[in-house]
Amino acid sequence: MTDKIQVRGLDLFYGTFQGLKQITVSFPARQITALIGPSGCGKSTLLRCLNRMNDLVAGVKITGTVMLDDADIYAPGTDVESLRRRVGMVFQRPNPFPLSVFDNVAYGPRLHGERNPVTLRAIVNDSLQAVGLLGVEGVGLGQPALSLSGEQQQRLCIARALATAPDVLLMDEPCSALDPIATAGIEALMQTLVARYTIVIVTHNMAQAMRASHRTGFMLLGELVEIGATERIFASASDERTRDYLAGTFG
Amino acid sequence: MMMMIARTRTWMATAHLSDAVIERCLQLAAWSAVTTLALITLFILREGMPVVFDRGPMAFLGDVRWAPTRGHFGLLPMIAGTAVVTAGALLIGLPLGLAGAITLAELAPMKARLVLKPMIELLAGIPSVVYGFIGMEILVPFIRERGTLGGPGYSALAASIILGIMVLPTIIGISIDALEAVPKSYRDGSRALGATQWQTITGVVLPAARSGIVAAVILGMGRAVGETMAVIMVAGNAVQFPGSLLAPVRTLTANIALEMSYATGAHARALFATGIVLFIVSLSLNAIAGRVRSGKRASFA
Repeated sequence: MTDKIQVRGLDLFYGTFQGLKQITVSFPARQITALIGPSGCGKSTLLRCLNRMNDLVAGVKITGTVMLDDADIYAPGTDVESLRRRVGMVFQRPNPFPLSVFDNVAYGPRLHGERNPVTLRAIVNDSLQAVGLLGVEGVGLGQPALSLSGEQQQRLCIARALATAPDVLLMDEPCSALDPIATAGIEALMQTLVARYTIVIVTHNMAQAMRASHRTGFMLLGELVEIGATERIFASASDERTRDYLAGTFG
Repeated sequence: MMMMIARTRTWMATAHLSDAVIERCLQLAAWSAVTTLALITLFILREGMPVVFDRGPMAFLGDVRWAPTRGHFGLLPMIAGTAVVTAGALLIGLPLGLAGAITLAELAPMKARLVLKPMIELLAGIPSVVYGFIGMEILVPFIRERGTLGGPGYSALAASIILGIMVLPTIIGISIDALEAVPKSYRDGSRALGATQWQTITGVVLPAARSGIVAAVILGMGRAVGETMAVIMVAGNAVQFPGSLLAPVRTLTANIALEMSYATGAHARALFATGIVLFIVSLSLNAIAGRVRSGKRASFA
């Protein structure tokens, strides 16, 4: 089992507040790793370190290394735009652009220079196929993306991320705005996508981590308390804080 | 105890009464604005419509001669003048205004925003006669004497430039509102796909803010159509079809303002008819802008 991403000694400061403390963790290729923990524990912040989205927040300072394959993504001279193309992200609330379904999915490839309509068409079809939206009633290519249902919108956002041919998918509480049936749909989709992509998902829903992930990491106050195979973490966590959190004693 | 309750009740009753009075006063104030609009409309129609019925609308819209004392009421030169000057103003004001709005809403650091935005709003507070002054003293001589432009200087070009600056506060202010209303999640989504800041602005933010920006342009257009004093001072005001940007033109507003003080009889009525044309154009522009903007709000919901 090779590691797709290796984080070593990662510290993150918002001004003087330390948001992440000496995080060292690896994310194995083509596995689903879930990050759980109470609100404000830093799990979304850690996720956003993996595609350098925290660069966009004023006053953030990051030290440590994040190796994607064999290159440190925080090394000087890193092309952040192509990094983000390789590490796709899905957000908490579905955020399709107010464009057509086609233009949403084609957005990424166009950014990266794809102009050929035939190729674009093929990419859009493949991406929609991968998320189960191709040929679905009421999801035409020319349809405004904002007219889709919540689950369809989130699927579209996943398709949009897949269209830039990433290796890694970061999912930041992707089901928190969805109902249970839609949530089950997205979780099933993750199980098919993991054959091709490395997935890191942040969730506040412990049951979701248990159902949908191979590995689970528990975070608290900016620290990664422990991480391991999901069955082991839920059955017999080695750290008392993890056991307390999973037992519902706090958080 | 009973007394206290009773006293509270009277106090409550007084409070309800004063609430009711204040509410009535506010309603009255609100309705007086609406009534004023209705009265102005009625007044202009009453003064202007008889001559339109009398001579037929084609006497105004189908004749190129404006000689009201000799029975020629053609408004076409003035309509064309207004159109040219307004189009010119937008040609100058739209790129500048949009660039300003994008800079302020998307690119400039917070500190610069806090300084620049109020200054742009101050631009709207400068009396139009002052813009006219600047136009007469600097712009008109410049056009006449410098470079290869030539002509009298008092021209459609001068009016367009002055109006182009005067519409900036409208275009920038409303465009900034539209840009700031675009949800941050669109920007994040675009950046996460590997877009640069500029690609995000052109690819997602501007399309999402499009209807607000269109409304800004239409309201700016309304401002340009309605502006009078600054235009009179720099446009030259000759009644003629604008043959070139360097030739003098007369706008609808200028036509009324210049002649109303001495016009009598049919001439005065014809100026009211000019007012009706202007009124219809302005109201339609405002109505269209309102439609476009409320459509945008619905699409974000």
